Amino acid sequence: MTLTKRIIPCIDVDLDEDGDAAVYTGVNFEDLAYTGDPVEMAKKYNESGADEFVFLDITASAEGRETMLDTVSQVADEVFIPLTVGGGIRTREDIKETLRAGADKVSINSGAIARPELIGEGAAAFGSQCIVISVDARRRFDEQGEHYADVDGESCWFECTVKGGREGTGLDVVEWAIEAEQRGAGELFVNSIDADGTKDGYDIPLTSAVCDAVSTPVIASSGCGGPEDMYEVFEEAGADAGLAASIFHFDEYSIAETKQRLDEMGVPVRL
Amino acid sequence: MATKQTAAEVVVVDYGLGNLRSVTRGLERAGADVLLSEDLAEFAAADGIVLPGVGAFSEGMDNAGPFREALVEEAAAGTPLFGICLGMQMLLTTSEEADHEGQGDAEGLDLIPGKNVRFRTDQTVPHMGWNELDVQRDHPIVEGVDSVGSELPRTDGPGKGGSVDGEYAYFVHSYYAAPDDDAAVVATTDYGTDFASIVANEAGNVFGTQFHPEKSGETGLRILRNFVDICRTN
Repeated sequence: MTLTKRIIPCIDVDLDEDGDAAVYTGVNFEDLAYTGDPVEMAKKYNESGADEFVFLDITASAEGRETMLDTVSQVADEVFIPLTVGGGIRTREDIKETLRAGADKVSINSGAIARPELIGEGAAAFGSQCIVISVDARRRFDEQGEHYADVDGESCWFECTVKGGREGTGLDVVEWAIEAEQRGAGELFVNSIDADGTKDGYDIPLTSAVCDAVSTPVIASSGCGGPEDMYEVFEEAGADAGLAASIFHFDEYSIAETKQRLDEMGVPVRL
Repeated sequence: MATKQTAAEVVVVDYGLGNLRSVTRGLERAGADVLLSEDLAEFAAADGIVLPGVGAFSEGMDNAGPFREALVEEAAAGTPLFGICLGMQMLLTTSEEADHEGQGDAEGLDLIPGKNVRFRTDQTVPHMGWNELDVQRDHPIVEGVDSVGSELPRTDGPGKGGSVDGEYAYFVHSYYAAPDDDAAVVATTDYGTDFASIVANEAGNVFGTQFHPEKSGETGLRILRNFVDICRTN
């Protein structure tokens, strides 16, 4: 026996009209639908056999930060599985506050692109195991990349974007993954702007390219429509964990059902 | 001696490392009254002591330095002492980690004779994620989800009733305990090599898990509950 593939539900948390933390889920690409209370959802997933839990703060506002940390603490009190918290983390102090609130790992995205030293500082102070580097990748079919993959017969590279894919950085995802690993990232969290919300499956060329380039565990995200998509990203791309949101939130598949199907297909999972 | 009805009073040694919130909440959920403490007098009054830990061995031993004598005394007096992750490694005599990091010899508590060694397999280090427990011998800490008095529902896992054998636990570590005496190994886990994932001393009151029970779902809560039961009958 060896390590099992991890199945990870993820919630996007924003402030509702009353200023309370609430989970929102993207449907039809851009619309966000109110999905539930973060603490209740965390409890549900903790009880249903999730291997980890990811909490993303999408408020991106200073005012929201305190409410979010308080919500993280409430979530941490309910989940007895590893908890990763991301969103707006830009400084060592942000990392410390988030871990203190009860997170086991922090997910850092644009904060690390803006200042790559943050990865090493965080790893030195708190250990690599709690520094997760998250990228929002976008396919680009031009000559400006460094690492090219074949996508349906066309050559493309993957660019790190910020602001939810609205802004490019020119940084090659594979190159950045290698650098992040060298700087001390303990895990890589790979989102795809192209696959996000499609439920057509994870971006396999993207996930494969990152998995092939690093030995750090890779968590595949975006595009999951069901257990078969997880099977594909584990078997074909080599991901260590599969993250999903709407299929679990809207009860299209339960965690148990997903794991059962993966087990039947021969994937090692914690049942 | 505490009775079944009263909560066990557990001290979590606060030596300034890591996230103590999770272990505290896990112990509380398991029925303990938890006190985070660096006060040696409180160690003696407790029904049980938890030695947590995330980070490097020598740093952990440095930070735990002021508590060394008190911990060794409590262990000798029969108080349950539970080491988690690095806290478990600190129960042994020494660690390769200190040499590897160029920090010289760092002496562990030597409550379970042996050394902590680095994984030498070609597997990725750290060993991070969910892996299986292979219980080697009886110990109250590994009593299973089917045991008498269990308040937790039986999980659908492959565990054989009566112990947590075959259940999964959450690991994050690069070094593992290699006790001198095989009898100290309560459970093993396979990560290229079969390493000790749960250890205990001969008297049985000093034990530790390499994995994080507070992050290991129902199986982990079962182990924390076992610990609280051990404290209650102490």
